[in-house]
Amino acid sequence: MDLPTLWFWVITALWTGYFFLEGFDFGVGMLTRLLARDNTERRVLVNTIGPVWDGNEVWVIVAIGATFAAFPPWYATMLSAEYLPVLLILLALIGRGVAFEYRGKVDSDRWRHGWDLVILLGSWIPPLGWGLVITGVATGLPIGKDGVLEGGLGALFTWPAVLGALALAGFSLVHGSVFVALKTDGEIRRRARALALRVGPLCLLPMAVLMVLVQVRQGGLVTIVIAAVGLLAGAGALVRLAAGREGQAFALLGVLIASVVVSLFGSDFPTIIASTVDPSYSLTVANAASSPYTLGVITWVAAFGTPAVLVYQGWTYWVFRRRISAAHIPPVHVP
Amino acid sequence: MDVLDVARWQFAITTVYHFLMVPLTIGLSIVVAVMQTAWVRTGKAHYLAMTKFWGKLMLVNFAMGVVTGIVQEFQFGMTWSAYSRFVGDVFGAPLAMEGIVAFMVESTFLGLWIFGWERLPKRVHLACLWAASLASTASAYFILSANSWMQHPVGIELVDGRPRLTSIWAVLTNNTAIAAFTHTVSGGFAVAGTFLVGISAWHLWKKHKLSAVDDPDRKVWSASLRLGAWIGMVAFAAVALTGDTQGKLMFQQQPMKMAAAEALCHTEAPASFSIFAYGDVSRPDCENVKSITVPALLSFLAHNDFSTEVKGVQDLTTLYEQKYGHNYPVDPSLGALSGQPIDYVPDLPVTYWGFRFMIGFGAIAAGAALLALWLTRRGRVPRTKWFPRLALLSIATPFLANSFGWIFTEMGRQPFVVVPNPTGVDGVFMYTAQAVSPGVSAGQVLTSLIALTVVYGVLAVVEVFLLVRYAKAGVAGVMPPPGDGDADQKKPDDDVLAFAY
Repeated sequence: MDLPTLWFWVITALWTGYFFLEGFDFGVGMLTRLLARDNTERRVLVNTIGPVWDGNEVWVIVAIGATFAAFPPWYATMLSAEYLPVLLILLALIGRGVAFEYRGKVDSDRWRHGWDLVILLGSWIPPLGWGLVITGVATGLPIGKDGVLEGGLGALFTWPAVLGALALAGFSLVHGSVFVALKTDGEIRRRARALALRVGPLCLLPMAVLMVLVQVRQGGLVTIVIAAVGLLAGAGALVRLAAGREGQAFALLGVLIASVVVSLFGSDFPTIIASTVDPSYSLTVANAASSPYTLGVITWVAAFGTPAVLVYQGWTYWVFRRRISAAHIPPVHVP
Repeated sequence: MDVLDVARWQFAITTVYHFLMVPLTIGLSIVVAVMQTAWVRTGKAHYLAMTKFWGKLMLVNFAMGVVTGIVQEFQFGMTWSAYSRFVGDVFGAPLAMEGIVAFMVESTFLGLWIFGWERLPKRVHLACLWAASLASTASAYFILSANSWMQHPVGIELVDGRPRLTSIWAVLTNNTAIAAFTHTVSGGFAVAGTFLVGISAWHLWKKHKLSAVDDPDRKVWSASLRLGAWIGMVAFAAVALTGDTQGKLMFQQQPMKMAAAEALCHTEAPASFSIFAYGDVSRPDCENVKSITVPALLSFLAHNDFSTEVKGVQDLTTLYEQKYGHNYPVDPSLGALSGQPIDYVPDLPVTYWGFRFMIGFGAIAAGAALLALWLTRRGRVPRTKWFPRLALLSIATPFLANSFGWIFTEMGRQPFVVVPNPTGVDGVFMYTAQAVSPGVSAGQVLTSLIALTVVYGVLAVVEVFLLVRYAKAGVAGVMPPPGDGDADQKKPDDDVLAFAY
């Protein structure tokens, strides 16, 4: 495998990691209104992801940074064409990160309600936005010369892109519910599992439709197999959850999201961004890659850095492996 | 409205704002790590109280630094996509390295530190904070390497009209980068120093007023104040030394920036250093600038001797025109500037005053630290109100110095976004006007400018409100009173989730 191809798959893996990890913490954020009945329960939810959400979020920073280094035109075209959706995502991520840190800093209901709203919006907007952006980019956009988007903002809302937005948000909601069921104990665990089972089929539907649509449009044998594995994993996740095996359900959802990202990115390979205006404007792994030297440099960095990241992030999950419940939440202590 | 102007304002606002958080994060997180180390090694209670108190303030600020940093990484692609395409082969590498090597460590171990109290062994927990704080310093190093490459491009060849990386080592050991990094980190410690001094001085004075001299927290404040003052002094010395190095490099690498910093119109030998101008420094009146000067000092600052010639703005303009041409290339992407004459002189009032405010505010911070050391010598406690007031006000000064420093260094390199390296590869440079995204409208950039500014404005109010609240509450604000009801079962430091959400 040549270096550009390797980096194409590294970036695919980074997005997979991001949607898997931040997917569940977005889901938890979405649930703060749906699942929690009082402030203590809301604190239980926020504390299930408290130690890890920041580490999860860095996966997107690394994905974007790696794209900049390995495929500068991909980075430049994606972010400038998707300007307003990306702006919305950024605003949501800014508010969300601050909200987690600040919501418990003042003992007032108004204060907490305000930040809870920020958490809610900050957890819905990014999966919707990233679903739109990533699916749009992977399935083709009217990109002209110099990566300029033709047709304005409306051109971003292609059918697959809209489906992608719903798919990622729906997935995150289910993924988050399963995570809460896995990480909490008592009443809230029971409710999280019930919610995941009740809304699961509906929430995963857009993802299933998207996968079929993409494979019908541009799939090959390999990606069709991968997508099929993903669909089975999604169905299996719900089955295992119904059987009370939260850990297995969570892992199967991981298989689902990996197969979605891989089959989505892979079905048009080696095209990175297909231009629907003129195929000669399309970005490919070959015409968008950085020089072999630059790719070599970041390959070395990634070869040493990535295993370390996996080890210490894995350790974080191990340290905070215990289930938490309302009984563990200390009384509010603020000045 | 012109896309270029809006885009520059947007970049300036988001970057200067981000850089209000970063120095405090870097300086304070290392200081808190030192405090916690002292606690782990000695077991003394006041070190634990210091760790928790300053740690809380550090976290309130850390959150903002992290979230505003995300925008930095995205806006090159969003608003400056032509720039990103031009430099991607070089500029992306340090950004990717920052993500994998530094930012991952920082955010993961910060989470472990916040939630790891009591759950991790003491030394492991301490190591988490060191990992997070050193990683945020490493983060700064990678970002400054990238920025310094724009100031002084090295490690490249020119292929098909674009720079191509030939040595990442040259980029990471760029003398400009090392000078900028040491200068910036010193600036971070200056911020942390005045922060400690200001808040501690206020608490110490409060204790005195309550005449509770045997107050248990008094030790926390006097230790913090002395620590902060020493940090402030050492940091200022380091800022001055590294700043001098940086200045000397700039005279070689970006002579126009330094000439603009001095509003030096004509080449002088020996050149005098302007302390303060009372004329209008904006062109063409720079001819008429009257200022208080120190003879020959500028020659010394530039070249380490008192007689060498320093080139002025007008001679440099001629040189730049000869080398890089009189007019912008004829290119529709440059809009109204296409084919127009190039103005090689940066905005003189901004560079001239930015340079002076940077130095001036930095000096005030150092003065406050020195004063604090003197007033608290041999265990004394300030008994008058003017000192705590002054110390609190001085907290703002290194922030201002840092901001003006960045405004000076970024505005001083205009009209270039990638400044030509006088001893580097010819043709590797880029005008700022060429760097904006071709497909992005002024309306889109304006939307982001307004949205980000409003959000940042609101968050600034919230952050300052929380910092003030926690600073005022003192140790009691971060450590719950021991023994409320079930004191028997609780160990003295059993506030397991004190930092939890």
